[in-house]
Amino acid sequence: MSEARVDIQVEHRHVPPAAEKHPNTCPKCGSHYRDDELEPALWVCGHCGHHFPMRARARIEWYADPGSFSEEASEVHSDDPLEFFDLRPYAERLAEAELNTGLGEAIVIGQATMDEHPVELAVMDFAFMGGSMGSAVGEKLSRACEHALERATPLVVVTSSGGARMQEGILSLMQLPKTVCAVEELHDARIPLFVVMAHPTTAGVLASFASLGDVTIAEPGALIAFTGPRVVQQTTKEKLPDDFGLAEQNLRFGHLDAIVPRDEQRAYLVRLLRLFTQT
Amino acid sequence: MSSGAEDHEVNLRQRLSGLSRLPLLRGARVSGEAERLERQLERLKAETSDEEIWRSVELARHVDRPYTLDYVERILDDWVELHGDRGRADDGAMVAGIGSLDGRTVVLVGNQKGRDVKERIARQFGMPYPEGYLKAMRVMEIGERFGFPVISLVDTPGAYPGVAAEQHGQGGAIARCQMAMMRLGVPTVACIIGEGGSGGAVATAVADRVLMQENAIYSVITPEGCAAILWRDGSQAKKAAAAFKPDARHCLELGVVDAIVAEPPDGAQTDHDEAARLLKGSLLEALEELEAFDGDDLRRRRRAKFRGMGVFA
Repeated sequence: MSEARVDIQVEHRHVPPAAEKHPNTCPKCGSHYRDDELEPALWVCGHCGHHFPMRARARIEWYADPGSFSEEASEVHSDDPLEFFDLRPYAERLAEAELNTGLGEAIVIGQATMDEHPVELAVMDFAFMGGSMGSAVGEKLSRACEHALERATPLVVVTSSGGARMQEGILSLMQLPKTVCAVEELHDARIPLFVVMAHPTTAGVLASFASLGDVTIAEPGALIAFTGPRVVQQTTKEKLPDDFGLAEQNLRFGHLDAIVPRDEQRAYLVRLLRLFTQT
Repeated sequence: MSSGAEDHEVNLRQRLSGLSRLPLLRGARVSGEAERLERQLERLKAETSDEEIWRSVELARHVDRPYTLDYVERILDDWVELHGDRGRADDGAMVAGIGSLDGRTVVLVGNQKGRDVKERIARQFGMPYPEGYLKAMRVMEIGERFGFPVISLVDTPGAYPGVAAEQHGQGGAIARCQMAMMRLGVPTVACIIGEGGSGGAVATAVADRVLMQENAIYSVITPEGCAAILWRDGSQAKKAAAAFKPDARHCLELGVVDAIVAEPPDGAQTDHDEAARLLKGSLLEALEELEAFDGDDLRRRRRAKFRGMGVFA
């Protein structure tokens, strides 16, 4: 006969979340900075070199020659074709993201010059719904490709994204072939595409335009993975290497051309621009 | 009925036209087919309920549902399976080969799940490694070189989420497989025959004609994954599926697939032969439509189609 059993169920869902660290506290070494300290340091920890997330507009300001950037397709916004509702309506999440970030979408595109080389820039911003790619992001990235093609200028893309935006369902998935197609046109026209992968570059964005650059570099410590470590661990129960999915591992396995610290990226890109465009 | 709704119905009828013409052309069991198609159209006109969406999820994953090789043996007159990516491995989750379809040589690639535990493990439950996508690309290139149309059958929960898969470049492989399909100068037809799970599925679904079986699903993430992220509770999968609508009807409505392929009345799992007959008819019809175009036309039209995907304000 079976003995009486006591079932113990541990309820994880209502555990209060751990106190969140201040965004200006370095998650690696614990150093804390004021905003006016981080900004001139390009949001890199002066103590350990950790790269804090960099907002799209700040990065454009850092890459582009002063006053040279002119934004394009800022009128393209997300729609809500599925009238998606999870715990909150998608429309509400979008409005909140716009308010909090001051951006219309998770990517900013436009033309600029870098050290007087004309260039098209497309820079993603993780602060806008995790940099997720829905129809609007796919459209803006495709337009950036088209503008680069029309003006025959190289395209520099900075990625920072959790992947496709679930709230637009299958249409988000279709942004993968759509952006691949836009990059394909660039390749055909021999327009250079340089990709800078910032933390994190994962899932749908890694599985489309981000992986198709002529030259691909990453920021130190950036997570670059189709499937992130948590999901890999949960599904396969495999023991993960310490640097699983990080830029350093991707470099070792041949998926990147270089890891370039933020303060060296501008000079690195300018060198590429010169090499690819001099006659 | 408002004119918007009428337009909508006309639109649906046009998209379904492949379906409704097919049995008449093939001449078999005309009245029965027509009746079923009518029923199907009725069902498509009515708003799909959350229950019906979940039923699709269950049928798409049904253990008795025909897999790629079940269709291969019923649809193709001859079939030579090709193995290996010529670099590292032979991925069992992706089968590829050359066969004869109604007298013409075609290249076929497809995801393959397993029937028993041993085969399921050997085929990673239909989840390819990067090696699987490289294999598909290699074999599709044969089609390009010799002018054979490419057929792709999609049935995967997603690309394999493992340490080695990441180290071997899963994301890049999926991106390059899409690009390879975008470049093909031969007619391409893809059909979602079960689960069309995320990037791992779209990798081999960039085709001139994308078909979808009646009870297949095509989605950006699994219902469980979506529930775990947005509801923070994996058991809310049903709710998640109802919200992101992975069923064939919604995919057709959103312009993601070009036509729906009928299944036997209670699903493809009930009658593999009949499911294969219906699929074969749709594949042949799609290929016939594409015969009129040369390689450059095909590429241009394919690119224009995918360039136009999405809804934004």
